[in-house]
Amino acid sequence: MSKVPGAVVEQPALPGSHADGSHMLEEGHHHADKMGAKIGMWLFLLTELLLFGGMFLIYGVYRYMNNEDFHAAGQGMNTIIGAFNTVILLTSSLTVAMSITALQKGNKRLSITLLGFTIFFAVWFLINKYFEWSHEIHKGIYPKSPELTSRSPGEILFFGLYYVMTGIHGLHVIIGIVILSFMVVFIAKDKVTSSSYTKLENSGLYWHLVDIIWIFLFPLFYLLR
Amino acid sequence: MATDGTHNDSHPHIVNYGTYVLIWLALLALTAATVAVAGINFGGVTLWLAILIASAKATLVLNVFMHIKFDDVVFKVFIAIAIMTLLAVFIFTFADYIFR
Repeated sequence: MSKVPGAVVEQPALPGSHADGSHMLEEGHHHADKMGAKIGMWLFLLTELLLFGGMFLIYGVYRYMNNEDFHAAGQGMNTIIGAFNTVILLTSSLTVAMSITALQKGNKRLSITLLGFTIFFAVWFLINKYFEWSHEIHKGIYPKSPELTSRSPGEILFFGLYYVMTGIHGLHVIIGIVILSFMVVFIAKDKVTSSSYTKLENSGLYWHLVDIIWIFLFPLFYLLR
Repeated sequence: MATDGTHNDSHPHIVNYGTYVLIWLALLALTAATVAVAGINFGGVTLWLAILIASAKATLVLNVFMHIKFDDVVFKVFIAIAIMTLLAVFIFTFADYIFR
């Protein structure tokens, strides 16, 4: 097991032996509860998959029908800011995953710090998104703008999908920030602990899903050359 | 690795920090690869290459960050069915548009 500076104590796995019948019963009950919460979370995530899947399908069909226009529209995209935001989100996924490990090892403070980093990266992502959208809007590219409506139908579709898909993704980032902030409070108040951390795990799952969506959005919108 | 036998709630599977960092580095490398590859014109293959790399990244996130590799088989079946369903929708839709 890797040691991390600042690690206070390694909490032993639940004390008490398995010979203790009542204790096992309690664990069994706990197990089912956790399992249910996790299955529920995954069911929700799969509905999210369908939400974004539908939009990716629309993107796919329209790109198939307007390939040249999509490429023409993609030339104007800022690859650097897209790649940078990819790195930011991947790193935020790392820190949220590590915060769960930290809590499992009983290191409350490290867990909170890592969640803080995740929230910081999420905000940074949104700030970049703000500048990026501002730049596009400044260039006159926004839904129904005179500049955009003068372009080919394929380009209009590309930017329509760009605003809707990165917009709904951005909304998920905002929701993620709120959820992760709640987790910080819960850990600080010992509502989420090293022995009861399903809430944190499920929040992490949500955050990773947001990351996975971006992993697909990035090449489809920012890497058309 | 999932070879450490059965684990239940009294012994939760704790993933090392090092494992996560390793996966993160792989994800960064794949991001660099997808950007590099986009600069080269492979014709019709370019899009498929981008999707392939994105899928590889998503698989890493799903298995390690999202813990699926270490989870109960029920989750794996769950996700497999959802992805297959989505894939079927894509295949049928494109079959319609391509052969229209």
